[in-house]
Amino acid sequence: MSDLLERFRAGERRALARLLSHVENRTPFGIQAERELYPLTGRAHLIGITGPPGAGKSTLVAGLIREARRQSLTAAVLAVDPTSPVTGGAVMGDRIRMLDVQSDEGVFIRSVTGRGRGGGLAPALCAMAHVLDAFGFDLVLLETVGAGQDDVDIARLADTTVLVLVPGLGDGVQSLKAGTLEVADIFVVNKADLPGANQVVRDLRVMQRLMVGAAEQAPILSTVATTGEGIDQVLRAILEHRRQLEIHGQLTERTQRRLLAEARYLALEALADQLDEVLETLPAEDRASLETRQLDPRTLAMRLIERLRLSFPASRS
Amino acid sequence: MAKQATPATRRAARSRPIRVLIAKPGLDGHDRGARVLARALRDAGMEVIYTGLFQTPEMIARAAADEDVDVVGLSILSGAHNQLFPEIMGQLRRAGLDDVLVIAGGIIPKDDVPHLKALGIAAIFGPGTPLQEIVRFIREHAPTRESEE
Repeated sequence: MSDLLERFRAGERRALARLLSHVENRTPFGIQAERELYPLTGRAHLIGITGPPGAGKSTLVAGLIREARRQSLTAAVLAVDPTSPVTGGAVMGDRIRMLDVQSDEGVFIRSVTGRGRGGGLAPALCAMAHVLDAFGFDLVLLETVGAGQDDVDIARLADTTVLVLVPGLGDGVQSLKAGTLEVADIFVVNKADLPGANQVVRDLRVMQRLMVGAAEQAPILSTVATTGEGIDQVLRAILEHRRQLEIHGQLTERTQRRLLAEARYLALEALADQLDEVLETLPAEDRASLETRQLDPRTLAMRLIERLRLSFPASRS
Repeated sequence: MAKQATPATRRAARSRPIRVLIAKPGLDGHDRGARVLARALRDAGMEVIYTGLFQTPEMIARAAADEDVDVVGLSILSGAHNQLFPEIMGQLRRAGLDDVLVIAGGIIPKDDVPHLKALGIAAIFGPGTPLQEIVRFIREHAPTRESEE
């Protein structure tokens, strides 16, 4: 067991892969390893890459890695693919788009599913990112499908968030603005060789005027990820973004917020587990009175919170 | 009332699904079979990582190691299995993957099977094999490692 940690500290790649599984699956060893490695973290630049399916995220990531390697930066990728909600299975094809970068020692690619592991996706990704950070990668890229609240949350867990858009979405850009647009530090309009790409850029500019926060000033860059066009600009913007945060003293605050969000996730998860336990001991009459309308769900919820409080060992003593 | 799972058993039930790498080694552009199998394994609740076409033995071993899969499925229809499979098995060992379950499928003559099995390939599934048979085989033989370590 601790042998694995030693091998990890010695920089053995296979130990990293094994440890990631432990951390992803929250084995007791994985949880302990997370704690022990945490002091080693905080050096990597965490980059979130998000956007709708088919936007070219994986291809862009492959291009970014290539560009990073050219500058002698090492890079790890956590590529999230959707899980079937029915069977829990997933087919992950991101590696296909990263073919030419995967035999490089300075590159590590790991596929992650959105499935029900020990807990939610976001905390699992955070934990895995910490491990890659501790291993010493300069860049850690989190690639997620940019649809749904969870992905907005994941975007908040990165130092720099890149939103990838493509022409042809039409109202898609409009519908995205409620969530993901606001968290973007950099906009990338990929497939810029397709008709309509300029329109997407214009739409974004118009929308930026209506936005507040970071996205207000976020650079808008055009790429053709399949040919590599514009990708050097994207990496430059990513690195520049973090440097600016540092210069303006915002990095500390942002990092604190990010880590606090992670702690919140974990606390929520622990609470949810405990709440499930409390629910199992719920008296049958409470269930019955819900249905007969003598007890409303909100009142019961308050009672559950009281039981939850009492169920914690600390409050028992 | 139905017996309810305790949190402990629920957590155990949520342990990780079997992770499978489906790989297409060598110069072989036919991946319908690999895709169909990937889909079937997904439907069986497994996590499938598909490498895409034209993989070298080194790339396959690298992907299997980094993705920390339990199973490697090799699909080959080019006839180069006698050349590629020994190299892949060698690369897997070099990458430290001694306990991974390796299975193969595609066009592989019967006469070649004993030699390939001697290399450590656990099973070879020819055309027409029911998908459920492969699913069952993987479920029965895939290593469960997190709990052992």
